[in-house]
Amino acid sequence: MSASLRRPFPSLPALAFGCAVFLPPLAAVAQEPPSREEMWQTILTQQEQIQTLTKRLDDATHRLDDTTKKVETTEKKIVATEERIEATGAMVEQVRGAGSTEPGWWQQTSLGGYGELHYNAGDKDEVDFHRFVLFFNHAFSDRVRLFTELELEHSLAGEGKNGEVELEQAYIQIDLTENHRANLGLQLLPVGLLNITHEPPTFFGVERNPVETNIIPTTWWEAGAGVSGELSENVRYDILAHSGLETPITGGSAFKIRSGRKKVSNASADDGAYTGHLNWTALPGVAFGVTGQYQSDLTQGALDVAATLVELHTDIRRGPWGLRALYARWDLDGAAPEALGRDVQDGWYIEPSYRFRTGIGEMGLFARFNQWDNNAGLSGDTQFQQIDFGINYWPHEDVVLKADVQIQDAPMGETGDDRLNLGVGFQF
Amino acid sequence: MALLLCALTFAGVNQFTRPAAAATVYQTPERFLEEAFAGETPQTKTLWITKRRKEAAHQILGRNPDVLRQRYWRLGNQTAWILEEIGKEHPITTGILIDDNGIQRIRVLIYRENRGQEVRHPFFTKQFEGATLKSDRTLGRQIDGISGATLSVRALKRLARLALYLHNEAMEAHD
Repeated sequence: MSASLRRPFPSLPALAFGCAVFLPPLAAVAQEPPSREEMWQTILTQQEQIQTLTKRLDDATHRLDDTTKKVETTEKKIVATEERIEATGAMVEQVRGAGSTEPGWWQQTSLGGYGELHYNAGDKDEVDFHRFVLFFNHAFSDRVRLFTELELEHSLAGEGKNGEVELEQAYIQIDLTENHRANLGLQLLPVGLLNITHEPPTFFGVERNPVETNIIPTTWWEAGAGVSGELSENVRYDILAHSGLETPITGGSAFKIRSGRKKVSNASADDGAYTGHLNWTALPGVAFGVTGQYQSDLTQGALDVAATLVELHTDIRRGPWGLRALYARWDLDGAAPEALGRDVQDGWYIEPSYRFRTGIGEMGLFARFNQWDNNAGLSGDTQFQQIDFGINYWPHEDVVLKADVQIQDAPMGETGDDRLNLGVGFQF
Repeated sequence: MALLLCALTFAGVNQFTRPAAAATVYQTPERFLEEAFAGETPQTKTLWITKRRKEAAHQILGRNPDVLRQRYWRLGNQTAWILEEIGKEHPITTGILIDDNGIQRIRVLIYRENRGQEVRHPFFTKQFEGATLKSDRTLGRQIDGISGATLSVRALKRLARLALYLHNEAMEAHD
């Protein structure tokens, strides 16, 4: 409504005042009505005003119609634009997902690995890139896949060098059913806590614990065939038949378990072995495992030394608290190992830990008590004992910095190995 | 050893009669949605992964998300998400149902790894029920892992966090 039309209606006091002021003089002329000329002029003026107002109203209506049309047009454009954006997004995602226009073997191949650098100070001062490992895995089909693991130890390999290049895994896995699969080739044995899973961010301590190293003996792989899978919701199993250890029968390492690893390198296959493993997840964060192994002759025909391994462990992590414990025992038959006290070789450890988050990553404290004896068949003091305590720091879940102290008590005739260990490790 | 072999044979023999599967499908996404919404699956909605959301997803996943748009389903204050994250080498397809009280349901729908399948079982996944997202985008409760399935556990925890974040974004979105 134009300003000219917004005339306020006079109030009563104003009206009274106006009457008082203007009526008397008007009274003098009120007696004379307006002339026809005057009335016609008033009508013309009002007509003009009405036309002006009507034109303004028409203009406003036209503008409103135009605005409405523009809004409708804009809404249609928005819908069209959204459709184009959807189509563009679909195309981009399709192109990104397709990758190469032609399928290639690399699309079914994955690469991974881990590594660890150690610094040892104390009775032994040394820095060493202990392991650099690469995994190459390939899926031939949805059911058939290849797993391989290649390792370089101590940085340099070759004649006169400290290091080794080793093939630790190279096996084919075939899905038999939804829950069971066959494993054929060179593979890690399902025994202990570290033999299968030993990437640096997954365990405490710079060095792997001495019980699994000397008794299991981690890391231990053989060539064989087996099956693995799930028996129930929380029970896993592995069983396999595989190549066996071949221990020396003379010298300081005679019948020592760790000395029997041949690593499937021109290894004797006269006498194989059988391993069975069960893992039970009682509830999230609480697992128990048991492994049994039998080998008919640990010397591969040199003597006749049957050997049996029994191993039990638990791996608990509930909230910030963790606990690992393991016991392993070898029993060797025969007079020769018995004479050296190596008819029984056993060890155990317990490792409580505590992990917590910080603003810059996660940290963990641990302590471990270890006892092991490769001459447990003797009655004297032949047992090693070691205490470890230290800290892990994970700036990222796949990277770890480690520091620990190792205090080793050796039996008579042996030398203890006390150390400060520092390490950095990674996995990808 | 003989007892162990007998036990394995007795417990496992009937399981060898089922045919081998490719990637193991424990539940299809369609079936998950039907269960989640009591048979009345709503229309699909889309949440665009804008720069801000991409940065948040990067913080949660440790990498940029693979998609430009994330589809989801909404009924009232409930949203359902079908998300994937790599465990060790292959993606784990997971369905997650969320409402104002946090995660209502999480299911491993399709599993492609050769180890760690235990994460699909209720004894593990029920830990996520009721979980919410803290201000630093970590889960508001402890999830205990499974020995030998660490990477799969990690993947599911990431997906739970991502779904909770996207749920909040979807509730605030005007589309």
